Amino acid sequence: MSEAGNAQRAATIAVLVENEAGVLARVIGLFSGRGYNIDSLTVAPVDETGRISRITVVTSGTEMVIEQIKAQLDRLVPVHKVSDLTLEGPHLVRELALIKVVGRGEERVEALRLADAFRARVVDATTESFVFEMTGAAEKIDAFCALMRPIGLAEVSRTGAVAIARGPRGLT
Amino acid sequence: MSAAMKPASTEAALTMSGAEVVLRALKDNGVEVIFGYPGGAVLPIYDAIFQQNAIRHILVRHEQAAVHAAEGYARSTGKVGCVLVTSGPGATNAVTGLVDALLDSIPIVCLTGQVPTHLIGNDAFQEADTTGITRPATKHNYLVKKSEDLARVVHEAFYVAKSGRPGPVVIDLPKDILINKAPYTDAPKTEHRSYRPQTEPDAEQIHKAVALLKAAKKPVIYSGGGVINAGPEASRLLNDFVHMTGFPVTNTLMGLGAFPAEDPLFLGMLGMHGTYEANLAMHGCDVMLNIGARFDDRVTGRLNAFSPDSKKIHADIDPSSINKNVPVDVPIVGDAGRVLAALIAAWKADGEAQDKPALAAWWRQIDEWRAKDCLRYRQEGKIIKPQHAVKRLYEITKELGRETFITTEVGQHQMWAAQYFGFQKPNRWMTSGGLGTMGYGLPSAMGVQIAHPDALVIDIAGEASILMNIQEMGTLAQYRLPVKVFILNNEYMGMVRQWQELLHGGRYSESYSAALPDFVKLAESFHAKGIRVTDAADLDAGIREMLAHPGPVIADIAVAKDENCFPMIPSGAAHNEMILGPDQEGGVAGVTDEGKVLV
Repeated sequence: MSEAGNAQRAATIAVLVENEAGVLARVIGLFSGRGYNIDSLTVAPVDETGRISRITVVTSGTEMVIEQIKAQLDRLVPVHKVSDLTLEGPHLVRELALIKVVGRGEERVEALRLADAFRARVVDATTESFVFEMTGAAEKIDAFCALMRPIGLAEVSRTGAVAIARGPRGLT
Repeated sequence: MSAAMKPASTEAALTMSGAEVVLRALKDNGVEVIFGYPGGAVLPIYDAIFQQNAIRHILVRHEQAAVHAAEGYARSTGKVGCVLVTSGPGATNAVTGLVDALLDSIPIVCLTGQVPTHLIGNDAFQEADTTGITRPATKHNYLVKKSEDLARVVHEAFYVAKSGRPGPVVIDLPKDILINKAPYTDAPKTEHRSYRPQTEPDAEQIHKAVALLKAAKKPVIYSGGGVINAGPEASRLLNDFVHMTGFPVTNTLMGLGAFPAEDPLFLGMLGMHGTYEANLAMHGCDVMLNIGARFDDRVTGRLNAFSPDSKKIHADIDPSSINKNVPVDVPIVGDAGRVLAALIAAWKADGEAQDKPALAAWWRQIDEWRAKDCLRYRQEGKIIKPQHAVKRLYEITKELGRETFITTEVGQHQMWAAQYFGFQKPNRWMTSGGLGTMGYGLPSAMGVQIAHPDALVIDIAGEASILMNIQEMGTLAQYRLPVKVFILNNEYMGMVRQWQELLHGGRYSESYSAALPDFVKLAESFHAKGIRVTDAADLDAGIREMLAHPGPVIADIAVAKDENCFPMIPSGAAHNEMILGPDQEGGVAGVTDEGKVLV
């Protein structure tokens, strides 16, 4: 195979599924059973009746593997639609994180200053801790966590990526 | 909703138990036979079976055999096979059969009992997480937790099992759901919410394919189980297309019978133990048309050396089969029969002429390869060559002219059956291709015989494989199924022994079939006839005696112990590196460690 065929790329894939028991296990089992990567995975119901859920999965592989992943997802019985947002054009990717920083004195001031620069919100505070909430691309959250580490980063909880195409085009 | 507000039809429907609803739904989906084994969790269904006559139940001796029997039934009829097993061990025993059906794309609906809903998750007696265990073993599975879902789920299971690329579907049925009253609803007339496989091929892709095929100088058609699954009409269309084009055609193990073995345009089976001419045609072709096959590793050999100079057209009903192992130039998603019909129409409509002189030259090349006579063997003396045993079985059954179905176990005998038994029609050949399940052949033959009571059904077996589901001799006796078990007995797990000889220095680690039973006495103890043949001079008489007997028979044919199955593409080798036989120089000395890690 050519060199281009072996190049890896990341893919953010949106999957609309019937919201039924076991559907998430099917998707995750597909990835583990066939040896595909999951960099992040999020899921929640998205329609008014709660019958349809949207799974956003971030994965990586060669073009051939990513095409396989999409074809394998698409043939699962409860899957309505599979969309490769990375391939299909401009799209937004966001992640939400809750970040706990523990410290006293000057460290607290520095933490707040950095949080302000990153537009992280304080959602909980004690005399020795903050919980920041921030949304953004994964890299922004990574960068914020890296800065907080020497200051007193204690705990991180992240949602994983959610994504949507830009413009009027919808995925239904 | 209060009881008074309920519509009258629902009220009337609530006279049936869940078990009765299940049986009614099976009947409405065309089920005539169900293969199963009772147990605590499915007693309500067995009680309902007792009180009706529409569906016949065949009691197997092990749940794995129930699934294989249903596979044999499905593959020989084109219908959905149906299985009923209990919770826990009943379901786990069925798993091998389910995976077998998954890999070979066989439509099966398997009902499993489950502990009552309020006990699920409590580690109750005979509880297993059946939907969890069978999720990667099935095309789809269901756990029914509400009585009102019951009928819909059964209807949907049949739709999923048989549509698109067929496969096994499990319905897990908690006992309370089976006992409680449940409404019956007819199969929905509307499309499935999310599962709508594409069957009609894209016209543009068909035109691209025809353009490539018309211009081909060295074409080959490679067809697989998808053509069989698409029904007998697809095989007829394949025949038409091959004769219209004059192209050489080869079948995969799963595809045998889709094209008549005795037709001069047939190159035989391809792949690891395929013919020299089929594999070299695949290697040397300039245009390859794959219909309903999946570029399986048994077929391709070393991927980076697979058919290096060809444009590839791949028609498959499952888009995930396309570009999975081998990148193709013209992908076509659709049912094999519809694709063939479209190809035929487009071929006729296309004004371009074929390159007939190039095709004639290509056939001359193929005939040179054919002249190697790669399946030749020497039958000399008393010791029976296994190839000879299969060949004589084929010739004698052909002479008898009865409708004949062949099943196999897994190993050398399976490959010899594929090489030496010529199949003229589809649905006559049942073998475990994808999973390679030893113990498949006998129960599968039972299922075939149930579907075709007057036909001749033969399980070509090895002495090791047959012991994996030998208990089904009891089922043969109970239902008077005249299945013939034709054992090529070389006292070894022959394919394991062959690999140990060729790749592991002749160290025959644990591959000798020690302490074998006396198969004649074994047959007799199961109320069947036993025959043993040890001398080549008695082979024909033994085969005739087996075929003439009206009941089940085990024919134990003592064959050469150290015979290897050739031709062979050693693991990690390419099609043009196949070895023809023991006399060939070099043999498999060149197999690398990279090749050795492959199975």
